[in-house]
Amino acid sequence: MLAAKSLTIPGRLTDVSAALAPGAVTAIVGPNGAGKSTLLAAFAGLISGPVALDGTPLAALSPQQRAQTIGFLPQDGEVAWNLSVETLARLGRLPHKTSRAEDDAATAAALSALDLERFASRSVGTLSGGERARALLARVLAGTPRWILADEPLAALDLAHQQALLRQFRLLAGQGTGIALVLHDLAQARNHADRVIVLQDGRVAAEGPPHEALTEEVILKVWGVAARWTGPETARALSLDRT
Amino acid sequence: MTRPIAILLAALVLAIPLSLLAGQVWISPFGPPVRNAIPILMELRLPRAVLALVIGAGLGASGAAMQGYLRNPLADPGLFGIAPMAALGAVLSFYTGFSVQPFALPLFALAGGAIAMVLLALIAGRSGGIALFTLAGMMIASLAGALTSLAISLSPNPFALSEIVTWLMGALADRGWHEVWIALPPTLLGLILLARAGPALDALTLGEAAARSLGMEPRRLQVLMVAGVGLIVGAGVAVAGIIGFVGLVVPHLVRPFTDGRPSALLIPSALAGALLLLIADCLCRLLPLAGGELRLGIALSLIGAPFFLRLLLKMRKELG
Repeated sequence: MLAAKSLTIPGRLTDVSAALAPGAVTAIVGPNGAGKSTLLAAFAGLISGPVALDGTPLAALSPQQRAQTIGFLPQDGEVAWNLSVETLARLGRLPHKTSRAEDDAATAAALSALDLERFASRSVGTLSGGERARALLARVLAGTPRWILADEPLAALDLAHQQALLRQFRLLAGQGTGIALVLHDLAQARNHADRVIVLQDGRVAAEGPPHEALTEEVILKVWGVAARWTGPETARALSLDRT
Repeated sequence: MTRPIAILLAALVLAIPLSLLAGQVWISPFGPPVRNAIPILMELRLPRAVLALVIGAGLGASGAAMQGYLRNPLADPGLFGIAPMAALGAVLSFYTGFSVQPFALPLFALAGGAIAMVLLALIAGRSGGIALFTLAGMMIASLAGALTSLAISLSPNPFALSEIVTWLMGALADRGWHEVWIALPPTLLGLILLARAGPALDALTLGEAAARSLGMEPRRLQVLMVAGVGLIVGAGVAVAGIIGFVGLVVPHLVRPFTDGRPSALLIPSALAGALLLLIADCLCRLLPLAGGELRLGIALSLIGAPFFLRLLLKMRKELG
Protein backbone atom coordinates (compact mmCIF):
# COMPACT_ATOMS: atom_id res chain seq x y z
CA MET A 1 0.00 0.00 0.00
CA LEU A 2 1.07 3.54 -0.73
CA ALA A 3 -0.89 5.54 1.78
CA ALA A 4 -1.22 9.17 2.80
CA LYS A 5 -2.49 9.77 6.31
CA SER A 6 -3.90 13.16 7.31
CA LEU A 7 -1.75 14.78 4.66
CA THR A 8 -1.85 18.58 4.89
CA ILE A 9 0.12 20.84 2.58
CA PRO A 10 -0.67 24.46 3.40
CA GLY A 11 -2.76 26.13 0.74
CA ARG A 12 -3.09 22.98 -1.34
CA LEU A 13 -4.23 19.89 0.59
CA THR A 14 -6.08 19.63 3.91
CA ASP A 15 -6.22 16.47 5.99
CA VAL A 16 -6.15 14.08 3.04
CA SER A 17 -6.14 10.37 3.85
CA ALA A 18 -6.08 8.12 0.83
CA ALA A 19 -4.36 4.93 -0.26
CA LEU A 20 -3.24 3.28 -3.48
CA ALA A 21 -3.38 -0.51 -3.71
CA PRO A 22 -1.00 -2.75 -5.63
CA GLY A 23 -2.53 -4.35 -8.71
CA ALA A 24 -5.21 -1.66 -8.93
CA VAL A 25 -5.75 1.41 -11.11
CA THR A 26 -6.70 4.41 -8.98
CA ALA A 27 -8.02 7.55 -10.66
CA ILE A 28 -7.53 10.92 -8.97
CA VAL A 29 -10.15 13.40 -10.19
CA GLY A 30 -11.42 16.82 -9.23
CA PRO A 31 -11.95 20.35 -10.59
CA ASN A 32 -8.97 22.50 -11.60
CA GLY A 33 -6.99 23.54 -8.56
CA ALA A 34 -8.45 20.79 -6.34
CA GLY A 35 -4.95 19.48 -5.51
CA LYS A 36 -4.77 16.40 -7.79
CA SER A 37 -1.20 16.97 -8.99
CA THR A 38 -0.10 17.88 -5.47
CA LEU A 39 -1.51 14.63 -4.09
CA LEU A 40 0.19 12.66 -6.87
CA ALA A 41 3.52 14.39 -6.17
CA ALA A 42 3.12 13.60 -2.47
CA PHE A 43 2.48 9.92 -3.29
CA ALA A 44 5.67 10.05 -5.40
CA GLY A 45 7.62 11.44 -2.45
CA LEU A 46 8.39 14.68 -4.30
CA ILE A 47 6.57 16.75 -1.64
CA SER A 48 7.38 15.75 1.89
CA GLY A 49 4.43 14.65 3.98
CA PRO A 50 3.05 11.69 5.93
CA VAL A 51 3.05 9.18 3.08
CA ALA A 52 4.05 5.59 3.80
CA LEU A 53 5.00 2.71 1.53
CA ASP A 54 3.90 -0.59 3.11
CA GLY A 55 4.15 1.10 6.50
CA THR A 56 7.56 2.71 5.94
CA PRO A 57 7.52 6.52 5.68
CA LEU A 58 8.73 7.62 2.22
CA ALA A 59 11.08 10.04 3.92
CA ALA A 60 12.89 7.08 5.49
CA LEU A 61 13.81 5.69 2.07
CA SER A 62 16.89 6.95 0.25
CA PRO A 63 16.13 8.91 -2.94
CA GLN A 64 17.52 5.98 -4.89
CA GLN A 65 15.35 3.34 -3.15
CA ARG A 66 12.30 5.53 -3.66
CA ALA A 67 13.18 6.04 -7.34
CA GLN A 68 13.56 2.29 -7.89
CA THR A 69 10.12 1.65 -6.41
CA ILE A 70 7.96 4.54 -7.63
CA GLY A 71 7.86 5.68 -11.26
CA PHE A 72 6.53 9.20 -11.84
CA LEU A 73 5.32 10.58 -15.16
CA PRO A 74 4.87 14.37 -14.95
CA GLN A 75 2.33 16.23 -17.00
CA ASP A 76 4.64 18.57 -18.92
CA GLY A 77 6.53 15.78 -20.71
CA GLU A 78 9.70 17.84 -20.96
CA VAL A 79 12.71 16.39 -22.80
CA ALA A 80 15.40 19.07 -22.83
CA TRP A 81 17.74 17.48 -25.34
CA ASN A 82 16.90 15.79 -28.60
CA LEU A 83 17.57 12.23 -27.41
CA SER A 84 16.72 9.09 -29.31
CA VAL A 85 13.72 7.13 -28.03
CA GLU A 86 16.04 4.39 -26.83
CA THR A 87 18.29 6.82 -24.91
CA LEU A 88 15.19 8.45 -23.40
CA ALA A 89 13.79 5.11 -22.22
CA ARG A 90 17.19 4.16 -20.79
CA LEU A 91 17.06 7.22 -18.47
CA GLY A 92 14.56 5.14 -16.49
CA ARG A 93 17.47 2.89 -15.49
CA LEU A 94 19.28 5.74 -13.70
CA PRO A 95 18.18 4.74 -10.16
CA HIS A 96 19.32 1.15 -10.73
CA LYS A 97 22.94 0.24 -10.26
CA THR A 98 22.62 -2.81 -12.48
CA SER A 99 24.75 -4.31 -15.23
CA ARG A 100 24.66 -2.99 -18.77
CA ALA A 101 22.98 -6.23 -19.92
CA GLU A 102 20.16 -5.85 -17.38
CA ASP A 103 19.67 -2.22 -18.40
CA ASP A 104 19.58 -3.27 -22.06
CA ALA A 105 16.99 -5.96 -21.35
CA ALA A 106 14.73 -3.69 -19.27
CA THR A 107 14.93 -0.91 -21.85
CA ALA A 108 14.15 -3.29 -24.72
CA ALA A 109 11.22 -4.77 -22.79
CA ALA A 110 9.79 -1.30 -22.13
CA LEU A 111 10.09 -0.30 -25.80
CA SER A 112 8.51 -3.57 -26.87
CA ALA A 113 5.62 -3.25 -24.40
CA LEU A 114 4.69 0.10 -25.94
CA ASP A 115 5.28 -1.04 -29.52
CA LEU A 116 8.17 1.39 -29.93
CA GLU A 117 10.93 -0.89 -31.24
CA ARG A 118 10.88 0.61 -34.71
CA PHE A 119 11.16 4.09 -33.20
CA ALA A 120 14.15 3.19 -31.03
CA SER A 121 16.69 5.24 -32.97
CA ARG A 122 14.31 8.07 -33.90
CA SER A 123 14.92 11.34 -32.07
CA VAL A 124 12.21 12.53 -29.71
CA GLY A 125 11.82 15.80 -31.62
CA THR A 126 10.52 13.98 -34.69
CA LEU A 127 7.74 12.04 -32.91
CA SER A 128 4.03 12.78 -33.03
CA GLY A 129 2.20 13.58 -29.80
CA GLY A 130 1.02 10.01 -29.31
CA GLU A 131 4.43 8.49 -30.04
CA ARG A 132 6.06 10.95 -27.68
CA ALA A 133 3.63 10.09 -24.87
CA ARG A 134 4.45 6.41 -25.33
CA ALA A 135 8.19 7.11 -25.36
CA LEU A 136 7.87 9.03 -22.08
CA LEU A 137 5.92 6.16 -20.54
CA ALA A 138 8.58 3.74 -21.81
CA ARG A 139 11.09 5.69 -19.72
CA VAL A 140 8.97 4.96 -16.63
CA LEU A 141 8.47 1.28 -17.53
CA ALA A 142 12.21 0.78 -18.14
CA GLY A 143 12.72 1.46 -14.43
CA THR A 144 10.44 -1.53 -13.63
CA PRO A 145 8.75 0.34 -10.75
CA ARG A 146 6.20 -1.35 -8.46
CA TRP A 147 4.15 1.85 -8.54
CA ILE A 148 3.41 4.10 -11.50
CA LEU A 149 2.03 7.57 -10.87
CA ALA A 150 1.06 9.53 -13.99
CA ASP A 151 -0.22 13.10 -14.13
CA GLU A 152 -2.83 13.44 -16.89
CA PRO A 153 -1.15 10.86 -19.15
CA LEU A 154 -4.09 10.89 -21.58
CA ALA A 155 -4.31 14.65 -22.11
CA ALA A 156 -3.64 15.69 -25.71
CA LEU A 157 -3.87 12.11 -27.00
CA ASP A 158 -6.30 10.98 -29.68
CA LEU A 159 -8.87 8.29 -28.93
CA ALA A 160 -6.82 5.36 -30.22
CA HIS A 161 -3.76 6.35 -28.20
CA GLN A 162 -5.90 6.91 -25.11
CA GLN A 163 -7.25 3.40 -25.45
CA ALA A 164 -3.80 1.91 -26.07
CA LEU A 165 -2.39 3.60 -22.98
CA LEU A 166 -5.36 2.62 -20.78
CA ARG A 167 -4.91 -1.01 -21.90
CA GLN A 168 -1.22 -0.79 -21.04
CA PHE A 169 -2.02 0.48 -17.55
CA ARG A 170 -4.57 -2.31 -17.10
CA LEU A 171 -1.99 -4.88 -18.21
CA LEU A 172 0.58 -3.53 -15.74
CA ALA A 173 -1.99 -3.57 -12.94
CA GLY A 174 -2.69 -7.19 -13.82
CA GLN A 175 0.99 -7.90 -13.20
CA GLY A 176 0.73 -6.38 -9.72
CA THR A 177 1.83 -2.80 -10.38
CA GLY A 178 -0.06 -0.16 -8.44
CA ILE A 179 -1.23 2.60 -10.79
CA ALA A 180 -2.46 6.11 -10.01
CA LEU A 181 -3.68 8.38 -12.80
CA VAL A 182 -4.77 11.98 -12.58
CA LEU A 183 -7.69 12.19 -15.01
CA HIS A 184 -10.02 14.92 -16.19
CA ASP A 185 -12.39 12.69 -18.14
CA LEU A 186 -14.81 11.29 -15.55
CA ALA A 187 -16.12 8.63 -17.94
CA GLN A 188 -12.57 7.27 -18.28
CA ALA A 189 -12.25 7.21 -14.50
CA ARG A 190 -15.60 5.48 -14.18
CA ASN A 191 -14.92 2.84 -16.84
CA HIS A 192 -11.23 2.14 -16.39
CA ALA A 193 -10.33 2.68 -12.74
CA ASP A 194 -10.75 0.23 -9.86
CA ARG A 195 -10.92 3.04 -7.34
CA VAL A 196 -11.50 6.78 -7.56
CA ILE A 197 -10.35 9.57 -5.27
CA VAL A 198 -12.41 12.74 -5.76
CA LEU A 199 -10.75 15.92 -4.53
CA GLN A 200 -12.39 19.27 -3.93
CA ASP A 201 -10.58 22.35 -2.62
CA GLY A 202 -7.74 20.21 -1.28
CA ARG A 203 -9.98 17.76 0.59
CA VAL A 204 -11.24 14.26 -0.24
CA ALA A 205 -14.87 14.70 -1.32
CA ALA A 206 -15.48 11.04 -2.12
CA GLU A 207 -13.45 7.85 -2.34
CA GLY A 208 -14.16 4.27 -3.33
CA PRO A 209 -15.12 2.11 -6.31
CA PRO A 210 -16.12 4.28 -9.32
CA HIS A 211 -19.85 3.64 -9.10
CA GLU A 212 -19.86 4.76 -5.47
CA ALA A 213 -17.42 7.65 -5.63
CA LEU A 214 -18.52 9.15 -8.94
CA THR A 215 -22.27 9.39 -8.52
CA GLU A 216 -24.36 12.08 -10.15
CA GLU A 217 -24.81 13.65 -6.70
CA VAL A 218 -21.03 13.87 -6.15
CA ILE A 219 -20.55 15.38 -9.61
CA LEU A 220 -23.20 17.99 -8.89
CA LYS A 221 -21.71 18.79 -5.48
CA VAL A 222 -18.04 18.90 -6.55
CA TRP A 223 -18.20 20.26 -10.12
CA GLY A 224 -21.51 22.09 -9.79
CA VAL A 225 -22.71 20.39 -12.97
CA ALA A 226 -25.91 18.44 -13.39
CA ALA A 227 -24.91 15.36 -15.37
CA ARG A 228 -26.34 11.92 -15.97
CA TRP A 229 -24.63 8.57 -16.43
CA THR A 230 -25.95 6.68 -19.42
CA GLY A 231 -25.07 3.48 -21.27
CA PRO A 232 -24.08 -0.03 -20.14
CA GLU A 233 -22.15 -0.63 -16.91
CA THR A 234 -18.77 -1.31 -18.62
CA ALA A 235 -18.98 1.68 -20.96
CA ARG A 236 -20.69 4.47 -19.10
CA ALA A 237 -21.00 7.89 -20.73
CA LEU A 238 -21.56 11.16 -18.94
CA SER A 239 -24.26 13.34 -20.46
CA LEU A 240 -24.40 17.00 -19.63
CA ASP A 241 -27.68 18.88 -19.66
CA ARG A 242 -27.94 21.59 -22.25
CA THR A 243 -29.39 24.12 -19.84
CA MET B 1 35.51 4.37 -25.52
CA THR B 2 33.11 6.09 -27.89
CA ARG B 3 34.13 7.32 -31.32
CA PRO B 4 34.15 11.09 -30.66
CA ILE B 5 36.45 10.54 -27.67
CA ALA B 6 38.83 8.40 -29.75
CA ILE B 7 38.92 10.95 -32.58
CA LEU B 8 39.52 13.86 -30.22
CA LEU B 9 42.28 11.98 -28.41
CA ALA B 10 43.97 11.23 -31.73
CA ALA B 11 43.69 14.90 -32.73
CA LEU B 12 45.27 15.93 -29.43
CA VAL B 13 48.13 13.47 -29.88
CA LEU B 14 48.83 15.15 -33.23
CA ALA B 15 48.26 18.72 -32.12
CA ILE B 16 50.34 18.74 -28.95
CA PRO B 17 53.77 18.11 -30.59
CA LEU B 18 52.93 20.49 -33.44
CA SER B 19 52.01 23.24 -31.00
CA LEU B 20 55.37 22.84 -29.30
CA LEU B 21 57.24 23.35 -32.55
CA ALA B 22 55.26 26.40 -33.70
CA GLY B 23 56.11 29.92 -32.64
CA GLN B 24 58.20 32.95 -33.52
CA VAL B 25 61.13 30.55 -33.54
CA TRP B 26 60.18 27.38 -35.42
CA ILE B 27 61.79 24.27 -34.05
CA SER B 28 61.85 21.42 -36.52
CA PRO B 29 63.17 17.99 -35.57
CA PHE B 30 64.37 17.62 -39.16
CA GLY B 31 65.74 21.14 -39.77
CA PRO B 32 68.94 22.78 -38.60
CA PRO B 33 69.44 22.85 -34.81
CA VAL B 34 68.00 25.91 -33.08
CA ARG B 35 69.91 27.69 -30.34
CA ASN B 36 68.28 27.26 -26.89
CA ALA B 37 65.78 24.79 -28.32
CA ILE B 38 65.53 22.83 -25.07
CA PRO B 39 64.83 25.84 -22.80
CA ILE B 40 62.35 27.24 -25.33
CA LEU B 41 60.51 23.93 -25.40
CA MET B 42 60.67 23.06 -21.72
CA GLU B 43 60.31 26.46 -20.06
CA LEU B 44 58.15 28.38 -22.54
CA ARG B 45 56.15 26.23 -24.86
CA LEU B 46 55.46 23.08 -22.86
CA PRO B 47 53.98 24.84 -19.81
CA ARG B 48 51.97 27.08 -22.10
CA ALA B 49 50.61 24.07 -23.99
CA VAL B 50 49.81 22.23 -20.76
CA LEU B 51 48.02 25.31 -19.46
CA ALA B 52 45.99 25.60 -22.67
CA LEU B 53 45.00 21.93 -22.31
CA VAL B 54 44.09 22.26 -18.62
CA ILE B 55 42.05 25.46 -18.99
CA GLY B 56 40.44 24.36 -22.25
CA ALA B 57 39.42 20.99 -20.82
CA GLY B 58 37.98 22.66 -17.72
CA LEU B 59 36.02 25.26 -19.67
CA GLY B 60 34.70 22.70 -22.17
CA ALA B 61 33.49 20.33 -19.46
CA SER B 62 32.02 23.05 -17.27
CA GLY B 63 30.19 24.50 -20.29
CA ALA B 64 28.68 21.09 -21.01
CA ALA B 65 27.71 20.67 -17.35
CA MET B 66 26.16 24.16 -17.17
CA GLN B 67 24.09 23.59 -20.30
CA GLY B 68 22.89 20.30 -18.85
CA TYR B 69 22.14 21.85 -15.46
CA LEU B 70 20.18 24.78 -16.85
CA ARG B 71 18.72 22.66 -19.69
CA ASN B 72 19.64 25.51 -21.99
CA PRO B 73 22.06 25.41 -24.93
CA LEU B 74 22.92 29.08 -24.38
CA ALA B 75 24.30 28.61 -20.86
CA ASP B 76 28.00 28.98 -20.22
CA PRO B 77 30.28 28.71 -17.17
CA GLY B 78 30.24 32.50 -16.68
CA LEU B 79 26.54 32.46 -15.71
CA PHE B 80 27.13 31.66 -12.05
CA GLY B 81 29.03 34.92 -11.67
CA ILE B 82 32.12 33.04 -10.49
CA ALA B 83 34.35 34.13 -13.39
CA PRO B 84 33.50 37.84 -13.04
CA MET B 85 34.11 37.65 -9.27
CA ALA B 86 37.46 35.92 -9.82
CA ALA B 87 38.33 38.62 -12.34
CA LEU B 88 37.33 41.28 -9.79
CA GLY B 89 39.67 39.67 -7.27
CA ALA B 90 42.53 39.79 -9.76
CA VAL B 91 41.77 43.40 -10.66
CA LEU B 92 41.83 44.34 -6.98
CA SER B 93 45.30 42.82 -6.69
CA PHE B 94 46.47 45.20 -9.44
CA TYR B 95 44.53 48.07 -7.92
CA THR B 96 46.08 47.63 -4.50
CA GLY B 97 49.53 46.91 -5.89
CA PHE B 98 49.69 43.45 -4.29
CA SER B 99 50.07 41.90 -7.71
CA VAL B 100 53.82 42.42 -7.62
CA GLN B 101 54.04 39.81 -4.83
CA PRO B 102 54.45 36.28 -6.11
CA PHE B 103 51.17 34.32 -6.09
CA ALA B 104 49.14 37.34 -4.92
CA LEU B 105 47.29 37.69 -8.24
CA PRO B 106 46.03 34.08 -8.49
CA LEU B 107 45.23 34.03 -4.77
CA PHE B 108 43.13 37.19 -5.07
CA ALA B 109 41.36 35.68 -8.08
CA LEU B 110 40.70 32.36 -6.33
CA ALA B 111 39.40 34.26 -3.30
CA GLY B 112 37.05 36.23 -5.57
CA GLY B 113 35.75 32.98 -7.06
CA ALA B 114 35.30 31.47 -3.60
CA ILE B 115 33.33 34.51 -2.38
CA ALA B 116 31.02 34.15 -5.39
CA MET B 117 30.44 30.49 -4.51
CA VAL B 118 29.59 31.33 -0.89
CA LEU B 119 27.26 34.14 -1.98
CA LEU B 120 25.48 31.76 -4.37
CA ALA B 121 25.02 29.19 -1.63
CA LEU B 122 23.68 31.82 0.80
CA ILE B 123 21.27 33.44 -1.64
CA ALA B 124 19.91 30.23 -3.15
CA GLY B 125 19.38 28.77 0.32
CA ARG B 126 18.42 25.16 0.84
CA SER B 127 15.75 24.86 -1.85
CA GLY B 128 18.01 23.70 -4.67
CA GLY B 129 15.72 25.50 -7.14
CA ILE B 130 17.46 26.27 -10.40
CA ALA B 131 15.73 29.48 -11.52
CA LEU B 132 16.45 31.38 -8.30
CA PHE B 133 19.99 30.14 -8.40
CA THR B 134 20.61 31.36 -11.95
CA LEU B 135 19.20 34.78 -11.12
CA ALA B 136 21.49 34.95 -8.08
CA GLY B 137 24.45 34.15 -10.35
CA MET B 138 23.47 36.86 -12.81
CA MET B 139 23.14 39.37 -9.99
CA ILE B 140 26.61 38.48 -8.71
CA ALA B 141 28.03 38.71 -12.24
CA SER B 142 26.60 42.17 -12.81
CA LEU B 143 27.78 43.39 -9.41
CA ALA B 144 31.29 42.06 -10.06
CA GLY B 145 31.30 43.71 -13.49
CA ALA B 146 30.27 47.03 -12.00
CA LEU B 147 32.92 46.86 -9.28
CA THR B 148 35.59 45.93 -11.86
CA SER B 149 34.65 48.98 -13.92
CA LEU B 150 34.78 51.09 -10.77
CA ALA B 151 38.28 49.80 -9.98
CA ILE B 152 39.38 50.61 -13.54
CA SER B 153 37.94 54.12 -13.46
CA LEU B 154 39.52 54.84 -10.07
CA SER B 155 42.81 53.12 -10.84
CA PRO B 156 45.64 54.80 -8.91
CA ASN B 157 48.02 55.18 -11.84
CA PRO B 158 48.27 54.57 -15.59
CA PHE B 159 50.44 51.48 -15.07
CA ALA B 160 47.87 49.74 -12.91
CA LEU B 161 45.20 50.72 -15.43
CA SER B 162 47.11 49.27 -18.35
CA GLU B 163 47.93 46.10 -16.42
CA ILE B 164 44.28 45.59 -15.49
CA VAL B 165 43.00 46.12 -19.00
CA THR B 166 45.64 43.87 -20.57
CA TRP B 167 45.07 41.17 -18.01
CA LEU B 168 41.31 41.19 -18.41
CA MET B 169 41.68 40.29 -22.09
CA GLY B 170 42.87 36.82 -21.16
CA ALA B 171 46.10 35.27 -22.44
CA LEU B 172 48.54 32.42 -22.00
CA ALA B 173 51.61 34.39 -23.09
CA ASP B 174 54.58 34.29 -20.69
CA ARG B 175 52.93 31.72 -18.42
CA GLY B 176 55.19 29.06 -16.91
CA TRP B 177 55.13 25.98 -14.70
CA HIS B 178 54.10 28.12 -11.67
CA GLU B 179 50.78 28.82 -13.34
CA VAL B 180 50.38 25.18 -14.31
CA TRP B 181 50.72 24.10 -10.68
CA ILE B 182 48.19 26.74 -9.59
CA ALA B 183 45.59 25.77 -12.19
CA LEU B 184 45.99 22.00 -12.48
CA PRO B 185 44.88 20.70 -9.04
CA PRO B 186 41.65 22.75 -8.74
CA THR B 187 40.75 21.98 -12.35
CA LEU B 188 41.26 18.24 -11.87
CA LEU B 189 39.19 18.30 -8.69
CA GLY B 190 36.50 20.30 -10.47
CA LEU B 191 36.39 17.81 -13.34
CA ILE B 192 35.94 14.93 -10.90
CA LEU B 193 33.05 16.77 -9.21
CA LEU B 194 31.37 17.45 -12.56
CA ALA B 195 31.77 13.80 -13.58
CA ARG B 196 29.98 12.83 -10.36
CA ALA B 197 27.14 15.19 -11.32
CA GLY B 198 26.69 13.37 -14.65
CA PRO B 199 23.81 10.99 -13.83
CA ALA B 200 21.85 13.73 -12.05
CA LEU B 201 22.32 16.01 -15.09
CA ASP B 202 20.99 13.21 -17.32
CA ALA B 203 17.92 12.90 -15.09
CA LEU B 204 17.36 16.68 -15.33
CA THR B 205 16.77 16.24 -19.07
CA LEU B 206 13.20 15.29 -18.08
CA GLY B 207 12.60 18.39 -15.96
CA GLU B 208 13.04 18.94 -12.23
CA ALA B 209 10.07 16.88 -11.00
CA ALA B 210 10.87 13.82 -13.13
CA ALA B 211 14.55 14.14 -12.23
CA ARG B 212 13.73 14.09 -8.53
CA SER B 213 11.51 11.07 -9.05
CA LEU B 214 14.58 9.39 -10.60
CA GLY B 215 16.56 10.03 -7.42
CA MET B 216 18.25 13.31 -8.34
CA GLU B 217 18.95 15.33 -5.17
CA PRO B 218 18.71 19.03 -6.08
CA ARG B 219 20.84 20.29 -3.22
CA ARG B 220 23.62 17.76 -3.80
CA LEU B 221 23.67 18.53 -7.52
CA GLN B 222 23.83 22.25 -6.79
CA VAL B 223 26.82 21.77 -4.50
CA LEU B 224 28.60 19.62 -7.10
CA MET B 225 27.91 22.19 -9.81
CA VAL B 226 28.99 25.26 -7.84
CA ALA B 227 32.12 23.59 -6.48
CA GLY B 228 33.03 21.93 -9.80
CA VAL B 229 32.44 24.93 -12.04
CA GLY B 230 33.79 27.28 -9.37
CA LEU B 231 37.11 25.47 -8.97
CA ILE B 232 37.62 25.20 -12.73
CA VAL B 233 36.62 28.74 -13.62
CA GLY B 234 38.33 30.28 -10.60
CA ALA B 235 41.60 28.49 -11.40
CA GLY B 236 41.37 29.41 -15.08
CA VAL B 237 40.72 33.09 -14.43
CA ALA B 238 43.47 33.14 -11.80
CA VAL B 239 46.19 32.19 -14.29
CA ALA B 240 44.87 33.31 -17.67
CA GLY B 241 42.22 36.01 -17.19
CA ILE B 242 38.80 35.82 -18.77
CA ILE B 243 38.60 33.40 -21.68
CA GLY B 244 35.10 33.40 -23.09
CA PHE B 245 33.12 31.37 -25.57
CA VAL B 246 34.97 28.05 -25.09
CA GLY B 247 32.38 26.88 -22.59
CA LEU B 248 29.53 27.98 -24.84
CA VAL B 249 30.81 26.85 -28.21
CA VAL B 250 32.49 23.53 -27.47
CA PRO B 251 29.46 21.59 -26.17
CA HIS B 252 27.58 22.63 -29.32
CA LEU B 253 30.30 21.38 -31.61
CA VAL B 254 30.42 18.06 -29.80
CA ARG B 255 26.72 17.42 -29.06
CA PRO B 256 25.73 16.12 -32.53
CA PHE B 257 28.34 13.38 -32.21
CA THR B 258 27.01 12.05 -28.88
CA ASP B 259 23.65 10.56 -27.87
CA GLY B 260 22.73 13.95 -26.41
CA ARG B 261 22.84 13.09 -22.69
CA PRO B 262 24.70 15.74 -20.65
CA SER B 263 26.91 13.07 -19.05
CA ALA B 264 27.91 11.72 -22.46
CA LEU B 265 29.00 15.23 -23.37
CA LEU B 266 31.38 15.88 -20.47
CA ILE B 267 34.51 14.02 -21.61
CA PRO B 268 34.26 14.89 -25.33
CA SER B 269 33.69 18.55 -24.38
CA ALA B 270 36.76 18.50 -22.13
CA LEU B 271 38.89 17.05 -24.93
CA ALA B 272 37.48 19.40 -27.58
CA GLY B 273 37.94 22.40 -25.27
CA ALA B 274 41.57 21.43 -24.71
CA LEU B 275 42.09 21.06 -28.47
CA LEU B 276 40.37 24.36 -29.28
CA LEU B 277 42.39 26.35 -26.75
CA LEU B 278 45.66 24.72 -27.81
CA ILE B 279 45.04 25.57 -31.47
CA ALA B 280 43.76 29.08 -30.72
CA ASP B 281 46.82 29.80 -28.58
CA CYS B 282 49.12 28.57 -31.36
CA LEU B 283 47.39 30.88 -33.84
CA CYS B 284 47.80 33.81 -31.44
CA ARG B 285 51.51 33.04 -31.25
CA LEU B 286 51.89 32.82 -35.02
CA LEU B 287 49.79 35.78 -36.20
CA PRO B 288 52.12 38.66 -36.96
CA LEU B 289 50.80 41.62 -35.02
CA ALA B 290 52.57 44.91 -34.40
CA GLY B 291 53.33 45.36 -30.72
CA GLY B 292 53.15 41.71 -29.55
CA GLU B 293 50.72 38.87 -30.03
CA LEU B 294 46.96 38.68 -30.37
CA ARG B 295 45.35 38.13 -26.95
CA LEU B 296 43.77 34.72 -26.62
CA GLY B 297 40.57 36.06 -25.05
CA ILE B 298 40.09 38.44 -27.98
CA ALA B 299 40.87 35.74 -30.55
CA LEU B 300 38.28 33.37 -29.05
CA SER B 301 35.64 36.09 -28.85
CA LEU B 302 36.30 36.89 -32.50
CA ILE B 303 35.76 33.23 -33.38
CA GLY B 304 32.89 32.85 -30.94
CA ALA B 305 30.69 35.81 -31.85
CA PRO B 306 29.85 34.65 -35.40
CA PHE B 307 29.26 31.16 -34.05
CA PHE B 308 26.86 32.54 -31.46
CA LEU B 309 25.07 34.48 -34.18
CA ARG B 310 24.66 31.31 -36.25
CA LEU B 311 23.20 29.58 -33.19
CA LEU B 312 20.72 32.40 -32.65
CA LEU B 313 19.66 32.37 -36.30
CA LYS B 314 19.12 28.62 -36.13
CA MET B 315 17.01 29.01 -32.98
CA ARG B 316 15.02 31.80 -34.63
CA LYS B 317 14.29 29.49 -37.54
CA GLU B 318 13.18 26.69 -35.21
CA LEU B 319 10.89 29.06 -33.32
CA GLY B 320 9.36 30.03 -36.69
